[in-house]
Amino acid sequence: MKLKPEDLDKIRQRMKSTSSLREGAGKARVNVHLGTCGIASGAREILKAFLDAKAEAGAQDVLITTSGCAGLCNKEPMATIELAGEAPVKYIELTPEKVRRIFKEHVLGGRAVAEYALALGSERIS
Amino acid sequence: MSEFRMSLLVCAGTGCVSNNSFSVKAALEKELARQNLQEEIQVVTTGCNGFCANGPIVVVKPDDIFYQFLKAEDIPRLVEEHCLKGRPVPELMYSPAKDAPPIPKMSDIPFFGKQRLIALANRGLIDPENIDEYIALGGYQGLRKALLAMSPEGIIAEIKASGLRGRGGAGFPTGRKWELARAVAGEEKYVICNGDEGDPGAFMDRSIVESDPHCVLEGMTIGARAIGASQGFLYIRAEYPLALERLTQAMEQARSYGLLGEDILGSGFDFDITVSKGAGAFVCGEETSLIGSLEGLLPEPRVRPPYPAQSGYRGKPTNINNVETWANVPHIINKGAAWFASVGTESCKGTKVFSLVGKIRNTGLVEVPMGISLREIVFDIGGGIPNGKKFKAVQTGGPSGGCLPESLLDLPVDYESLTKAGSIMGSGGMIVMDEETCMVEVARYFVGFTQEESCGKCPPCREGTWHMLKILEGITEGRGREGDIELLEKLALRIKDTALCGLGNTAPNPVLTTIRHFRHEYEAHIREKRCPGGVCKSLIRYFILEDKCTGCQACFKNCPVNCIAGERKKLHVIDQDRCIKCGMCKSVCRFDAVRIE
Repeated sequence: MKLKPEDLDKIRQRMKSTSSLREGAGKARVNVHLGTCGIASGAREILKAFLDAKAEAGAQDVLITTSGCAGLCNKEPMATIELAGEAPVKYIELTPEKVRRIFKEHVLGGRAVAEYALALGSERIS
Repeated sequence: MSEFRMSLLVCAGTGCVSNNSFSVKAALEKELARQNLQEEIQVVTTGCNGFCANGPIVVVKPDDIFYQFLKAEDIPRLVEEHCLKGRPVPELMYSPAKDAPPIPKMSDIPFFGKQRLIALANRGLIDPENIDEYIALGGYQGLRKALLAMSPEGIIAEIKASGLRGRGGAGFPTGRKWELARAVAGEEKYVICNGDEGDPGAFMDRSIVESDPHCVLEGMTIGARAIGASQGFLYIRAEYPLALERLTQAMEQARSYGLLGEDILGSGFDFDITVSKGAGAFVCGEETSLIGSLEGLLPEPRVRPPYPAQSGYRGKPTNINNVETWANVPHIINKGAAWFASVGTESCKGTKVFSLVGKIRNTGLVEVPMGISLREIVFDIGGGIPNGKKFKAVQTGGPSGGCLPESLLDLPVDYESLTKAGSIMGSGGMIVMDEETCMVEVARYFVGFTQEESCGKCPPCREGTWHMLKILEGITEGRGREGDIELLEKLALRIKDTALCGLGNTAPNPVLTTIRHFRHEYEAHIREKRCPGGVCKSLIRYFILEDKCTGCQACFKNCPVNCIAGERKKLHVIDQDRCIKCGMCKSVCRFDAVRIE
């Protein structure tokens, strides 16, 4: 297929999630905690729910990443959501239903879902 | 289908491939499938990351975690811990010293932190065999701008304003060169990419082509538009199979998208490129010899003027730039001359790619802003000299360059400063030497190289380098005489002034700089018949220290000519008459008892 100038933009749009991933820059970052405790309480399903929600919304500049146990094993599955330039929010005791709402309202809409949140902030890696 | 949440970027530059990075890739794919993660996590092969000493390398995105020295057997653990459970594996990360904590993020590692990437902007970040990934990160936007929003004169003005100078070594202003080629009347003009990288230990061009072939094609197309050429040649060494393969593939993909060929992006501009394989003659890196080789003639330099801009390939106006110069062009057009000119020094803008080799901890490929000091490159990025040895010299510019001593380490890296010190910027080879290097032997090595590679057309180069080589051989073999240094200097200056091309003009540089900065080593060889670096076999002798030798018999057992005598737990002695000075005894001694004098 011979490209017209605007086709370059179409390819860029189609590849947006690849470029966000490689550049490590997106408008939001979802971090699902996948420690043994998290996996045992269903974090893999939570991760899948986030990935599906992202695909459904076509939100290519949202990064979905994983990390280990967040230290609050009895509140798993957990995820931390960080919008660019804002403080991270930790969500606890997640279910796929909760994920769909959080994705819609917080990740896309910019308003944290207070009733599912544990607290603001994120642990630091020294 | 959901999208990938993680990219595992497996380095597939020549260095990592020869360290089995493809088996690492296969293991990653197998393990991801076993853990049922293949839909979520993508494995991508990229070009060279630059940190070749620590390969095979895998970088995990988006978190930028850097893994090194990977083996297939490390992969099950890495996939289970990092990919499945989200816990990066510290044992597989880079650590600056033995007991120091590992550094997880690639951008925090000093080797990468001080670099500034322009020509190598996409290295390790995209799959060079996938044009869509290049486009995703902004590829072909420069070409689009050049073809649809700029006039050829406008493109030239932009390149001139950027201050870009030829990265092949001579540093001629690129915009000026294009302007000259454009100004010559004629319908038929050519652009050439010089990828005949021949300096020993240099691999900048190879890495650029391997990791980001499209940026070279895009740069050439922009240049062709600027000077009015519709045909290009990419001359690259046949010894670079991986680069050739990726280049050929990139050209096919570009053609299928209409980014090469007729009516590019609907602009009405036609341009295509032919790849030509160099057969391994060093002189082909010289532009007029390269043109001769393309025409099917013997690769021999021609007298300039006329310059290729006036009469080049088949006598037509031709513009030649090297791989790295072309690679800078799309970025300059895309981001603007002012952006490019904000990097570097007053007279030298932008960055330079160097291949850092020799007695250095972090062997690899680095891109640094112009004006950075040699010390920062060698010690901060390169990590200094391994095995507790002292720095002696750094050689820039390969066989055309010179050796610079410790006292000049704070020299800023730019064309003028290096030339003033007797060396040259060159195409980017940088060889670091430690205290156990003999500078006379280094000069002999490089002159031996240029003597062998001299095409033989002009007598100063053909005969002159031969005589320099004979004198240098004499000095290293203990036959040096008073007056040799002066004779070498006289010959060197004569060759510099009278040789026909760059190969001959610069061949004396290693001799002149080693005499200038390390004259005492020449004098020690000639007057005292002594080699201070402990290298020249005719001038050294190995012996065993009585108080250090434990009589362990390691040297006795390993000596290839059985010239070491000694019973168990008694002092060992080397028979000097039979010793071939191979150094085996020194390398196997665990008690530091074998010395050189």
